[in-house]
Amino acid sequence: MSLRPCPCTRLVAGVLTMLFVAAAWAQDSRKVEEQRATGKEIAYDRSRGNCLACHAFPTQPDAVQTGNSGAPIIAMRARFPDKALLRALVWDATAFNPDSMMPPFGRHRVLSEEEIDKVVDFIYGL
Amino acid sequence: MTKAWLRGLGIALMAGSVIAHAGPREERTKLVDYFARKFPDLRHADHVYGALAFDPDARDQYDAIMEYPPFTAELEKAKLLFETPFRNGKTYADCLPNGGRMIAGNYPLFDEARGRVVTFEDLINQCRADNGEEPYAYDDPGTMGLVTAHARSLSDGMKVDVKVESPAALRAFEAGKREFYQRMGQLNFSCASCHVAAAGNRLRSEVLSTATGQAVHWPVFRGGDQPMTLQMRYTDCYRYMRHVSDRPGSERLNNLEYFHTYLSNGLEMKASVFRK
Ligand code: HEC
Ligand code: HEC
Repeated sequence: MSLRPCPCTRLVAGVLTMLFVAAAWAQDSRKVEEQRATGKEIAYDRSRGNCLACHAFPTQPDAVQTGNSGAPIIAMRARFPDKALLRALVWDATAFNPDSMMPPFGRHRVLSEEEIDKVVDFIYGL
Repeated sequence: MTKAWLRGLGIALMAGSVIAHAGPREERTKLVDYFARKFPDLRHADHVYGALAFDPDARDQYDAIMEYPPFTAELEKAKLLFETPFRNGKTYADCLPNGGRMIAGNYPLFDEARGRVVTFEDLINQCRADNGEEPYAYDDPGTMGLVTAHARSLSDGMKVDVKVESPAALRAFEAGKREFYQRMGQLNFSCASCHVAAAGNRLRSEVLSTATGQAVHWPVFRGGDQPMTLQMRYTDCYRYMRHVSDRPGSERLNNLEYFHTYLSNGLEMKASVFRK
């Protein structure tokens, strides 16, 4: 068998393009999924808010296996007349209490700004 | 100004630095007292049960499991691995201090000659090297995990007795202490967030164990049949923190283990227990 330049360069290029498109699509679909997620989904999701790790949600029957390091999330409107303050707390609880165990979701980019807005909208209704 | 005066100052400064971080003993006592106040019903000796100490049902289950551990076959393999001679005919028992019996509670120790912390796992690898064998990887359940499952059990009943006796040892202890208290990773936790401040709380459905007593029972068999060393467990917790940790066997984790094991001083050891 003689050594020839691979005749399959175009095939390889084609496959690479497909892979690239697939990867871009996967990223896109993750973004879309992110954008579609509701505040509640983000709050519950163990890889995003995971608020249930530390907070009970007494008005939500589907909030199971909740932890108890933080206060139950209830009557938020009454307890936080200033919604911006509530958002600031979720964005960085250590700004209010340096010893807080609560992850600084905004400051450390655990959640995007948009995700924080959604989570805060969700809990504000509880 | 005389040289003597300068020397005197040097000694005073050195003594000062030792006194300034007044010491491991105070550090441990502070935590023991804190937990005693926080959990008046929890006996200090029961800290060795970790999260199980807070949950009588889980503790009963644990006692039942430990009567007939599902990992008995692994323990037999572990014994065989420990007792099988090296290629030169010698054994671990020939190499380890006191034949390997009632020694694990002295580790980690600070090796003054080498100027670093030596863990029990280092000791195992030292024996291997001294007898012409390849060292084990510190994160390998099938070798290091297994051999220590037997080797450490030879110290069951011994009380943890980690010592910090020189300025160099104190520096390693302090490095471990910083590692334990400093916030790390995307989620901004420290070890102390979960195992001091939130100890006894539930994180989702998992009860958080107290830092004191966490070092007495390694390796553990979690769920299945894979033994896990203490430092392998650390790397799991670093993952919870979303922090990329150094590897088991690294100076950083050794220093952490030195500090962290000191907190268990006085508590009774029992290797190779079940954890879920
Ligand atoms: C690892 C633990 C932890 C997680 C995860 C956590 N929190 Fe918290 N949270 C706390 C603690 C502890 C407090 C108590 C105040 C403090 O120490 O800052 C708190 C306080 C709060 C408060 C103030 C409650 C009050 O009554 O004053 C709100 C609101 C809150 N958290 C919302 C959230 C939301 C929303 C999420 C998820 C996006 C979340 N927390 C995730 C631990 C946590
Ligand atoms: C976000 C919370 C969290 C942080 C931070 C954390 N851990 Fe853990 N750790 C856990 C949970 C949950 C468990 C399993 C339940 C238990 O035994 O406490 C655990 C278990 C352990 C155990 C095993 C206890 C046993 O008896 O089986 C050790 C040892 C341990 N952690 C040490 C550490 C060290 C050291 C650090 C810091 C490097 C650390 N943890 C950081 C949550 C955490």
